[in-house]
Amino acid sequence: MTRWPDPDALRRGTLAVLAVMIAWPLLVLAEFKPWHLFDAGNLAVMGGFLAGFLPPSTDPAFLALLGRATVETLAMATAGTALAWAIAVPFAFVMARTLSVSRIGPARFSLAGPVVRGFARGVMMVLRAIPEVVWALVIVRALGLGPAAGVLALAITYGGMLGKVYAEILESVDAGPARALLEAGSSRRMAFAYGLLPGAAPELVSYTVYRWECAVRASVVMGFVGAGGLGQLMDQSMKMLNGGEASMILATFLLLVLLADAFSAALRRVLA
Amino acid sequence: MTLRLSGVGVVHPGGRRALSAVDLAVAAGERVALIGPSGAGKTTLLRVAGASLRPTEGQVELLGAEPWQLGTGALRRLRARIGAVHQAPPLPPRQRVVTAVLAGRLGQWSVGKALWSLVHPADTAGAHEALDRLGLADRLFDRCDRLSGGQLQRVAVARVLYQRPDLLLADEPVSSLDPATSELLVSRLVAQSEASGAALVASLHAVDLALKWFPRVVGVRAGQVMFDRPAAEVTPALLQALYEGDVVAGAVLAGQPAVTAGAMCR
Repeated sequence: MTRWPDPDALRRGTLAVLAVMIAWPLLVLAEFKPWHLFDAGNLAVMGGFLAGFLPPSTDPAFLALLGRATVETLAMATAGTALAWAIAVPFAFVMARTLSVSRIGPARFSLAGPVVRGFARGVMMVLRAIPEVVWALVIVRALGLGPAAGVLALAITYGGMLGKVYAEILESVDAGPARALLEAGSSRRMAFAYGLLPGAAPELVSYTVYRWECAVRASVVMGFVGAGGLGQLMDQSMKMLNGGEASMILATFLLLVLLADAFSAALRRVLA
Repeated sequence: MTLRLSGVGVVHPGGRRALSAVDLAVAAGERVALIGPSGAGKTTLLRVAGASLRPTEGQVELLGAEPWQLGTGALRRLRARIGAVHQAPPLPPRQRVVTAVLAGRLGQWSVGKALWSLVHPADTAGAHEALDRLGLADRLFDRCDRLSGGQLQRVAVARVLYQRPDLLLADEPVSSLDPATSELLVSRLVAQSEASGAALVASLHAVDLALKWFPRVVGVRAGQVMFDRPAAEVTPALLQALYEGDVVAGAVLAGQPAVTAGAMCR
């Protein structure tokens, strides 16, 4: 025993033990046995499947189709993210506790703030709790096959995700400047624009671009349920067991993700 | 009266008492220095005076209104007439100096003007004039994170000068600055008070600055006003009693080298 025992040692140790106690049954339940991947038989099956992917298809007719589908996917992801952004911004603004005027003082006790914040949190939760594929399945029924359903499905789910994360980013940056502005009589909106946004902007932008990247991938999944784009093309190629086309589509994904990454890095450099 | 506190007491949520039975009245144009050992309650007193902390006991009268009886909009308009300088300048590092200074008048500007000012400064001349008084006019379009600590505090003071409040509050505005900058900042706050008739209440660690620039000095100890008298009547014995047991200031008063590490950490 040292003369100055660390008061945090017990808490940290307990947390570590708890984490293991929770994680272990979960791994058992999820049949987590990665070593099965490397059985000789399983390796051969997967190898055979992947071998069918080579060489990538370079058929001009297919490439034209691929180009069209890529543009469609990008359009779907971009429109969906833009709509999601429009949903998320007002909700995040309402939810961020850093902008609570009644916390200064505090002013007369009022239930309005907590109730409105709780309601906004609830809405965001419902929007993002239902996976975008499910929204897409529902909306395809109403709007018919095509990218429009994908855009709406993305907007709904991603609106919920963006709203929650925006609010958390706004609560994590230094609240001092915004609070000082509120104390000098500025409104919530202006305390947000002048006090919180400068500190939060890079985080907000980089998360939004990352979500756009996720939207590109998600729009592919939605393509499988008939929402157009690269996913629909992939679905067709896989059904026709055309591995060369499938690998070309995968290569396109890779390129898109690389582009998104470069775009995000460039934006962060501009804003830093 | 610009500010009248009667029987003000503050108990923090943890149960710690910060102020008890404080009476303080400050008239328009008056300049008052708050001095006292660290932890005496000076910051709490200033927050109560700035309507940013609601006292648990007693009455606050600010610029002819009782802030805690006002509705949201009226309280906001009242707060727009109070300018505060904080110990650590609350400026976003990524913001430009001009924007940080113009933010002083957000309480007075319309939403449209404030939003447009984010794109293109709405009153560059005004910001330039305020910064010029602090010798920082050449840094108008620099970003705040390019400035040193002392320069940042000068920007924060330029912001309150630009705000033109009716009550100026300063909480340890110069505690981590060099003597020349300290002198400059205090003199500019005093000049603003003289020119505009705004009352100025500042807490200061440097007793010499308090005695030099402020006609009235209030000693705060253990959450209570220990004395409240003209600067000329503040005697060494009084100061000794005020800072009794305070390691940092005790050393200063006794003419020994100051133990500045404690003051820097605060």
